[in-house]
Amino acid sequence: MTTPKIQLKGVTKRFGSKVVLDGVDLTVEAGESLVIIGGSGTGKSVTLKCILGLLTPDKGSIKVDGQEVTRLSSSAREQVNRKFGMLFQGAALFDSLPVWENVAFALIQGRGLGRSEAKKIALEKLAKVGLTKDVAELSPAELSGGMQKRVGLARAIAADPEIIFFDEPTTGLDPIMADVINDLIVKTVKDMGVTTLSITHDMVSARKIADKIAMLYKGKIIWCGPKSEIDRSGNEFVDQFIHGRADGPIKMEIVR
Amino acid sequence: MNPFALVGRFTIVFLSEIGRLAEFAAAAVPSIFVPPIYLRLTGQQMMRIGYYSLPVVGLTAFFTGGALALQIAVGTTFGAETLVPNVVVLGITRELGPVMAGLMVAGRVSAAIAAELGTMRVTEQIDALVTLSTNPFKYLVAPRIIAAVLTMPLLVAVADVIGVMGGWVVGTQSLGFNSAVYIHNTLDYMKDSDVISGLWKAAAFGFIIALMGCYHGYYSRGGAQGVGSATTNAVVSAAILILATNYAMTSFFFGAGR
Repeated sequence: MTTPKIQLKGVTKRFGSKVVLDGVDLTVEAGESLVIIGGSGTGKSVTLKCILGLLTPDKGSIKVDGQEVTRLSSSAREQVNRKFGMLFQGAALFDSLPVWENVAFALIQGRGLGRSEAKKIALEKLAKVGLTKDVAELSPAELSGGMQKRVGLARAIAADPEIIFFDEPTTGLDPIMADVINDLIVKTVKDMGVTTLSITHDMVSARKIADKIAMLYKGKIIWCGPKSEIDRSGNEFVDQFIHGRADGPIKMEIVR
Repeated sequence: MNPFALVGRFTIVFLSEIGRLAEFAAAAVPSIFVPPIYLRLTGQQMMRIGYYSLPVVGLTAFFTGGALALQIAVGTTFGAETLVPNVVVLGITRELGPVMAGLMVAGRVSAAIAAELGTMRVTEQIDALVTLSTNPFKYLVAPRIIAAVLTMPLLVAVADVIGVMGGWVVGTQSLGFNSAVYIHNTLDYMKDSDVISGLWKAAAFGFIIALMGCYHGYYSRGGAQGVGSATTNAVVSAAILILATNYAMTSFFFGAGR
């Protein structure tokens, strides 16, 4: 059996008295697209941040390519993070830099590439996400939300990562632009043959980009299986979520 | 609420804040010396922190020196022509130059740094740096600290000159002193050790200004309001620390036995 690309075992994280992750077990095989679905505040982002090392879990183990990554020194962490690319929910582009320097960031800072060479690669990656040369010189603030997402995607793939994380890739976009982004993700992932881990609450997006879907609820993975089986999961929590029903076992904590 | 609980809670918050700041400083200081050092960014910050603070610092020093000369002259009937340049050059180089410049730059720069880093924090740009294998301490914090520590002494040197000039302008134009005598008296009473102690203070203030801006920005939470309070806290804490450090350094340089 091959080593899983990412493996989480019993990952627990609490903020003060609030338990956000309550023993998450999750495995992502190499070349697989796993999508974690779940409502707001169920710990999807925290899971991602724990894998990236932005947060340290209280308990449990996270392995990337079989290497334990929960307690790494900052330089060892930088080495591991070279395998990663990440598309943030709000794109998180550096507004002090023009678009092309955003895309070329990992190449210039991480790989020590010359600026002109890095720019050439950045323009190629921008072309891959359907953006032209004249966009490259603009500042991120001058772009629309959809374009920022595409630049974010170009930045995530610029250094040829092995694993790409997508944090709510379609949130805040109109349905057409959301579909464009979904198509881009599917296409780039297929072209590059990478492993991806996405979090979303957009079921259209999840169905489009996933091989496998896992559902996170109250800090635990309550269901995990191939995309084709999500409609026959036999799990009433999953059923309620994918059909977006207000009534069901999941109760929204709303004060009436 | 129980007053004892209130005191206890305040103490805990205060101590944990100090601990967090110490932790931040312990991570920030080594990042200044360990490569990679981002020279381009450090140069940019030196322009923003040092060069663009010149007008504010110059104006402040000018009016402070002028007001000081006026204050000393009023009510001094005998020997004002010696006393005014003496007090002005001593006051400016020892205390008012570094402190006024420090406070003005704290207002300008700590706030700007806290707002910038705070916005980067809440828009996940700092997280993005980490995912791009870039240490935010080296990329964001170190250039700002280096730039502030290097440029503050230069700013204070300029403030010293302009502050003394402010006194000279008021002395010769409004108090009717002889210009040559004023300059002669100023040079007579100016001591190298006074100027140098002021420049050391300036470097320390530069460190405080950048550190407070970075610290409050780095840990800001919760959107626009969080960034706003980070900015306020950066300026207030930088100003208080500057005044406290100034006292400590004054007592070190000029303390008992001198």
